[in-house]
Amino acid sequence: MTSTPGSASRMASSPVATEPVVFTSEPRYIHRFSRTERTLHWVHAAAFFVLLGSGLVLYVPRLSELVGRRPFVKDVHFDTGLAWMLALALIVVLGDRRGLRRTLRELDGFDRDDRLWLRRIPRPQGRFNAGQKLNAALTASFALLFAVSGVLLWYGERNSSFRFASTILLHDGLMYVSLVLLAGHLYLALIYPSTRHALRGMTTGSVRRDWAREHHSKWVDEQKSPRE
Amino acid sequence: METPQERHPEESRPYARRAFLGATALGLTSLFWGKSVWSAFTSAARPLENALPASLVPSGWRIYTVASTMPTFDSTTWRLQIAGLVDRPQTLTIADLRSLPRAEQVSTFHCVTGWSVENVHWAGVRFRDLLAAAGPQASGTVLEFVSAEAPYVDTLMLRQAELHDAMLAYEMDGEPLRREHGAPVRVVIPEMYGYKNVKWVERIVVTDQVSPGYWEQRGYDVDAWVGKSNGL
Repeated sequence: MTSTPGSASRMASSPVATEPVVFTSEPRYIHRFSRTERTLHWVHAAAFFVLLGSGLVLYVPRLSELVGRRPFVKDVHFDTGLAWMLALALIVVLGDRRGLRRTLRELDGFDRDDRLWLRRIPRPQGRFNAGQKLNAALTASFALLFAVSGVLLWYGERNSSFRFASTILLHDGLMYVSLVLLAGHLYLALIYPSTRHALRGMTTGSVRRDWAREHHSKWVDEQKSPRE
Repeated sequence: METPQERHPEESRPYARRAFLGATALGLTSLFWGKSVWSAFTSAARPLENALPASLVPSGWRIYTVASTMPTFDSTTWRLQIAGLVDRPQTLTIADLRSLPRAEQVSTFHCVTGWSVENVHWAGVRFRDLLAAAGPQASGTVLEFVSAEAPYVDTLMLRQAELHDAMLAYEMDGEPLRREHGAPVRVVIPEMYGYKNVKWVERIVVTDQVSPGYWEQRGYDVDAWVGKSNGL
C-alpha cells in the first residue's frame, strides 16, 4: 500500500478540476441517426428477440418440453419472421430513402483510416467506425440468410423439392454466430463505459458533441465544414 | 490534430459490400455442403466431446410435437393395445412388455429436416416378439401405430417393422424413455426418418392397407428411407 493516511481527505478537499470552458456557439448535441435509421434498428432488434425466444423454445429440448404448444410457438416464430420482413420493407419504402442510400455508401467504403483501425491502430473515424461497418454488413447478410433458410424450412415442409439436408444447420448456425455478434454489440452499447453513450444516439437520435469528437472525429469535422 | 482530409476516392474500398456478399455466398452455398462439412467436423471433435462432461455437450435432439400438449403417462394405468387382424388381441402393461425378450442396439437417428443424432442406445422389444402372442393373421401386412399425441399416427409394413434393427423401444441411453422422447414406448426404425419413429405409442393395429400417417397426409413420403426419400 503506497497511500498515506489522509491522502483521501486531501484529494477530497483539493479543488475540483474545472472543465475547460469552450467558447463556442456549437450546440452540445449532434444529430447522429435519422428517424428512419432508428426505426429500422429497433424493429430489427425487437423482431430478433421474439424470433430468438420462440426459436429457442422450438430448438432446446428442455424448453420444448417445458413450454409445449409447439404448433402455436411455430406459428409465432413464422408470423414474426413474416412481420419482420414486411416491416423492414415498409420502413425502407416509406422512410427517408435518400438518407438510407447515403448511409449505405458510408457503411460500404473503408478508407485508409478504417483499414488501419481494423488493425487496431487508432485512427480518426467517420460516423461509423470500421467495426460498426462490418457489423452492419454481417447483420444485413445474416438477416437475408435467416429469411432464406427460414422460408426454405417452412416451404420444404410442404414441398420436398425445396428440402435441403443443410437448411436447418444454416438456420441454427446463423443463430449461434448472431448471438456472438449480439453479445459484443450489447456489451459496447450498454456496458463498456467509453462507448455506451452511443445508445443515446440510437434512442434519441443525437449524441454529445465531445463524445462524438472522441470517437467519430472525422464525422464531426465534416458536419462543421460546409458541404461541397 | 487532423489536417482537413485530402480526399482520394480511389482510396476507399468497398469492404462492407465484400463482407456482405462473402457471408451471403458462404451461407447460401452451405445449403449444399453444410451437412457433410459439419459431420466431418463433429467426428473430428469427438475426442473433445468425450472429454467434456455430458451435460455440456448438446444432445443434438430436437423435440417435435404436433399437438398443443405433450402426452403424460401413468405407469399404473398405462396399457398398450394390440388389435386388428390378429388372432388374440392383447392389452399389455409396462411389466408385460419388459418380460418379453429384450433387444438392445446402438443406432443413428435421422430427422427428415436435416439433423441427426449418432450412437443412440436403445432397448426394447423386436416387433416379431411383440406380436407373437397376438398372432397376426396372414392378411395383416401393415402395422398402424396410434400415438397418445392425437392426431399423430403412422404405419410400417410388417416386413419393414421386422428389419433387424427396428423395435418398440422403452429405454434410451440407459434409462427409461423420457417423456419428450415418447414415454413409455416409441417406434425405432433407424433406416427411416424420424416421423416414422412414432412416439407415445398406445395402440398398434394390424391391418391390410397402408393409410397415410400424420406427415404423409401433408405430403411426406410413405416409405421414409433415409437418403432415398422426401427429396433428400
